[in-house]
Amino acid sequence: MEYSCNLYELRCGECGKSYGNRPLSACPDCFAPLEVQYDLEAVRGVFTRENIAAGPANIWRYKALLPIPEGFAPDLPVGFTPLLRANNLGKRIGATNLYVKNDAVCFPTLSFKDRVVSVALANARAFGFTTVGCSSTGNLANSVAAQAARLGLDACILVPADLEAAKILNTQVYGARLVRIDGNYDHVNRLCTQIADEYNWGFVNVNLRPYYAEGSKTVGYEIAEQLGWKLPDNIVCPMAGGSLIRKIRKAFKELIALGLVEPKEVRFFGAQATGCSPISHAVKQGWDYIEPQRPNTIARSLAIGNPADGPAAAKMIRETGGWAEDVSDVEIVSGIQELAETEGIFTETAGGVTTAVTARLYAHGRISLDEITVSVITGNGLKTTDALEGCFEPGIAVKPKLAAFDEYLRSLDAATEPELAYAGEAR
Amino acid sequence: MSIKVTLPTALARHTGDQKTFTSDAPNLPGLLAEFDTKFPALSANVKDENGRLRKFINVYVNDEDIRFLGGDAHAFEDGDEVMLIPSIAGGCCTQRRWLSLPYGDLLD
Repeated sequence: MEYSCNLYELRCGECGKSYGNRPLSACPDCFAPLEVQYDLEAVRGVFTRENIAAGPANIWRYKALLPIPEGFAPDLPVGFTPLLRANNLGKRIGATNLYVKNDAVCFPTLSFKDRVVSVALANARAFGFTTVGCSSTGNLANSVAAQAARLGLDACILVPADLEAAKILNTQVYGARLVRIDGNYDHVNRLCTQIADEYNWGFVNVNLRPYYAEGSKTVGYEIAEQLGWKLPDNIVCPMAGGSLIRKIRKAFKELIALGLVEPKEVRFFGAQATGCSPISHAVKQGWDYIEPQRPNTIARSLAIGNPADGPAAAKMIRETGGWAEDVSDVEIVSGIQELAETEGIFTETAGGVTTAVTARLYAHGRISLDEITVSVITGNGLKTTDALEGCFEPGIAVKPKLAAFDEYLRSLDAATEPELAYAGEAR
Repeated sequence: MSIKVTLPTALARHTGDQKTFTSDAPNLPGLLAEFDTKFPALSANVKDENGRLRKFINVYVNDEDIRFLGGDAHAFEDGDEVMLIPSIAGGCCTQRRWLSLPYGDLLD
C-alpha cells in the first residue's frame, strides 16, 4: 500500500511533514490536506518545451510532472483540449483578448475530470486497490466509471439522489455500481470518508485525493503551451471543491520555476453559482475560512456547500489580486446560451456559471478588455440538458412541400418581428 | 443527559481504538474539555495551539454540520449523535493496516 519514488512524495501543506507515497489525503498530525511535492531540480532538463512537443497529443506529454508510478504506461489519450480564441463572445461582453479552454470535449467522458481520474487510477493500481470509487456530482462519476472499466477495476460510485438523469446513465453504462444517496453532495462526501474508513477501496477524491488533484495541473500546462508558452493575464475558473483553480496556479508556478515561460503574476478569478457560493462569499468577505452553505442551484456539478479546498482557494485568489463572483440560475442558463450562440460550444451548467461570471468581471471593470483572459470550461452541455428545459420549442412538423416551408418561415418571421420592433423601442 | 460520540479510525488511535463512547458534555467546548481529561492524546491531536478545534475537523450533530446549528453555542440534547470527521479524510482503512506496519511510526 505504498511505493517509493525519488521524484515526488506527499507533503503536508501546513506543517511540512513528508509521508512518501501512499493512499493518504490528510496529515495525521494537523489534518491539513497533503500535496504532491516534486523534486523540480530532478526534472529540469527533462521537462522541456522540446521534450513536451515530442510527446503525445494528450496530458501524458507532461508526465514528468505528474505523479505517475514507475511502470505504469498510460495509453488513454486524455486532455489536450482546444484553446479557442473567443472573438464572438468577446464582442458581446466587451473583451478583445478572450480565450476559452474547452474541456467540454475532454476524452473520454467530456469533462476535465478525465484528467484527474487518469492520474488517480494510475496510483490506485500501484497501491493495489481492486475497487475504486468516488463521491461525485456527476462528471467525476462518469469518468471513474469509464476509466475503471478500461483498466479492469471494479467501481462503486456514490452520488446525490437528485443528480441529472444523463449523469446517472453515463455512469451506469460502463458497468459501475452506482449508489444514489438521499442527501446533497456534502452528505455523500461525508459518507465516503466513513466508507474509506471501513473498506479497502481507492476513492479517487478521498484517500487518493492528492494524486487525483495533480491531474488538474494539465489544464494549466496546456493553456501555457497553447498560448505559445506564455501565461495569460487572467484565469476565470469554476469552483466546486476549490482544487482546480489552485492547481492551474501550481502548474504556472512550476513552468516559471523550470524556465518554460517568462515569470508573470497571473490573476485568478473564481466562479460559483449564487445558490452555492461559499468560496466566492469568503473571497468577497476577505475570510480565510469557509462558512458552509446548503446548495440550491441548477449548477449541480458545482454544488459543494463545504468545499475541501475552499479556504486555500479563497486565500490564493486574493493573493493573486483576483476576485470571485457568483451568478443566479437565470444567468447560468444565459451563460450556456451565450457561449453556444457565439462560439458554438455547448457547455453544462458549470460552464454557464463561468461564462456569466466572465461577462460580469468585464462589466464591473475587474478585467480590462485587452488583457489575455482564459475562461475555463469544464464540462459538456449534453449532460445537463434539463437545465434548458422550456427554453426552446421544437416547432410544428411542417409538410415536406416548398410552399409549406415558405409559409412556415413567414409565420416564424411574423412572430419575431413585433418582438424585434419592441426591443428597438425599448432601446 | 447523554450523547453518543463517534470518531473516525484516524482519531481512534488516541482512544485505544474506541470509536464510540458516551459523554454528558453540554456542548462542543464541553466535549473538548472532556477530551482533556479523558483522552489527552486525542485532545492534543484535535486542538490547535489556541486550544480550539483544528479548522480541518468538522463536527456533525445528528448528521448536521454544527456550524449550521450555531457552532460552540449549540446545546447538545439527550440522545444526540456527535461525529468528528476530518474535512479532508481518507487513508483511514489503510492507516489501520499501517498501524501494524511501518506507517505506525509516522503516526507517533
